[in-house]
Amino acid sequence: MSAVRPPVQSSRDGAAPAVVGPLSSGPADAPLSLGNPATLPPIRKRPTAAGPARHLLTGLSVGYVVLLLGAPVVAIAVRAFAEGPGAFLHALFNSGGASALAMSAGLALGATVVNTVFGVIVAWVLTRDRFWGRSFLNALVDLPFAISPVIVGFSLILLFGPHGWLGGLSRWTGIKVVFALPGMALATVFVSLPFIVREVGLVLAEISREQEEAAFTLGASPLRTFFQVTLPNIRFGLLTGILLTVARCLGEFGAILVVSGGVAGMTETGTLFVFRSLEDRRDLSAYAMAVTLASISILLIVALEMLKRRQHRQTGPGRGGASGARTTTS
Amino acid sequence: MTTTMTATTADVQPRSHSFPVGRATLRALAGGFLLVFVLLPLIAVARSVVDGGWATTWQALTSRVALSSIALTLWTAAIVAVVNGFMGTLTAWVLVRYRFPGHAAVNAIIDLPIAIPTLVTGVMLVVLYGPQQPIGAWFAGHGFKLLFAPAGIILALLFVTFPFVVRAVEPVLMEIDADQEEAAATLGASRRRTFVSVILPALAPALLTSCLLTFTRALGEFGSVVIVAGNIPRRTLTAPVYVFGAIESGETGAASAMSLLLIGLSALLIFAADRYARRRALRMGAR
Repeated sequence: MSAVRPPVQSSRDGAAPAVVGPLSSGPADAPLSLGNPATLPPIRKRPTAAGPARHLLTGLSVGYVVLLLGAPVVAIAVRAFAEGPGAFLHALFNSGGASALAMSAGLALGATVVNTVFGVIVAWVLTRDRFWGRSFLNALVDLPFAISPVIVGFSLILLFGPHGWLGGLSRWTGIKVVFALPGMALATVFVSLPFIVREVGLVLAEISREQEEAAFTLGASPLRTFFQVTLPNIRFGLLTGILLTVARCLGEFGAILVVSGGVAGMTETGTLFVFRSLEDRRDLSAYAMAVTLASISILLIVALEMLKRRQHRQTGPGRGGASGARTTTS
Repeated sequence: MTTTMTATTADVQPRSHSFPVGRATLRALAGGFLLVFVLLPLIAVARSVVDGGWATTWQALTSRVALSSIALTLWTAAIVAVVNGFMGTLTAWVLVRYRFPGHAAVNAIIDLPIAIPTLVTGVMLVVLYGPQQPIGAWFAGHGFKLLFAPAGIILALLFVTFPFVVRAVEPVLMEIDADQEEAAATLGASRRRTFVSVILPALAPALLTSCLLTFTRALGEFGSVVIVAGNIPRRTLTAPVYVFGAIESGETGAASAMSLLLIGLSALLIFAADRYARRRALRMGAR
């Protein structure tokens, strides 16, 4: 997007503009030049910064991003492989890493299925329907972003614990929720709830409802309308949301740590494995699992990027372009 | 919206009966899901606070450890929101306006914090900046503690929240009318003046909202902070880690009180950001 800067550029030290543009009739640059003499080449698309400033800004932000975000990733990869790939694999798999990864994958799968089904419904209702309390529900969707995961885990303990409202339910059905798998699943659903709602909601708000109404008027059942008209339209948003949900689920730590209550072994997820390994001073195991989780994250980011490109090609630049953080603004 | 909808579908007799039924079901499903999965757990926290009694709650929140953890959480989050406001806007600007080698790579790196588990972020920071590592040792040698100190908390929060401002400001920068900038430049405005009086006002809503969200997100951060902070009461113990400690040691009253305070603060900020964004959207009219 950088504008091609014209070759003629008056010097910055007070020289008068070399060329007066065709648009500036009358005494050009009189009212607005505040100390900084106006540099006015005739045709100029965007006033991008001049050479030095441009390089300075680019260097500053790229340096910042690389140091803040890139360096730590490189550092841990170097550390985890410092003793060779054999030691890496040994540290990862000889202390229950595989079952921890399987547990994470299972929880992510379950929570993603729940959040896909309900996320699409919630997104549809929030964008297409108008009713009393809608804006309240809309605000509830964002809360899991803001509330500390520790508090999420704690609230589940309060809810399903012996004195909680649903503690009786847990006793009655014989299903142990807190300090067990169901609690971890509930926590995972909670923390990853907003992504699909927001990504799908963004797309639903942009596509017209005429197609839906046309199909419906022509006699298609609501379900058929959804699968043949709505779903194809929201597919990119939904896929983006699913990828973000999976990433968030795999990375969940605080809520699961609290709700699993330190039951070692069978209920360990990937992130819990890292935490326990650090506590047990098995540093290499912690680093190996951390690198594994980070690699999965990077793969998900690459998938997101590819998805964005495809979407861009197929639907044009105007629509969607939803990238992770877009979800936060709503 | 509803009125125009009913007007257009009013003629369609045969279907208008079944539609509201399906609609009510969906409404109930969506509402029920959100109320049970999001609201109910939060109400459980509120109930626990009420059960504990106001005296316990007051005592729990005004203890020195609790107060200092609240203060630490607030000021580190505020610094992070401001720094991200600056660096996020700058990065978005550079990404939108300039092309340079490695542009795509930088653009992809920015999304990393969205996907990398925050606990892993904490571990990575310890590996890079820990006191036993070259960088950490160098800083320690010059009398500055990087990790297990507030600086480490800020570093972790900066990492975790970096994408928010960038990704919120970016689309706005892309949309800003080239004509407006051009007009300002043609009228003789300096670059700085163009930025301050044309670009900044257009950015303000997205920038403010995303800074607010950064702040809110920073208030609740746990995974990275618990690893990096050292968690020394009254020095480097943040509010979420305080809650964790209280749960671990069975102090339900203290944990509930602090949780409710944090929930209230987060909810307030989220609602504020939402209202502000919506009011701006209204004022912008048809855009």
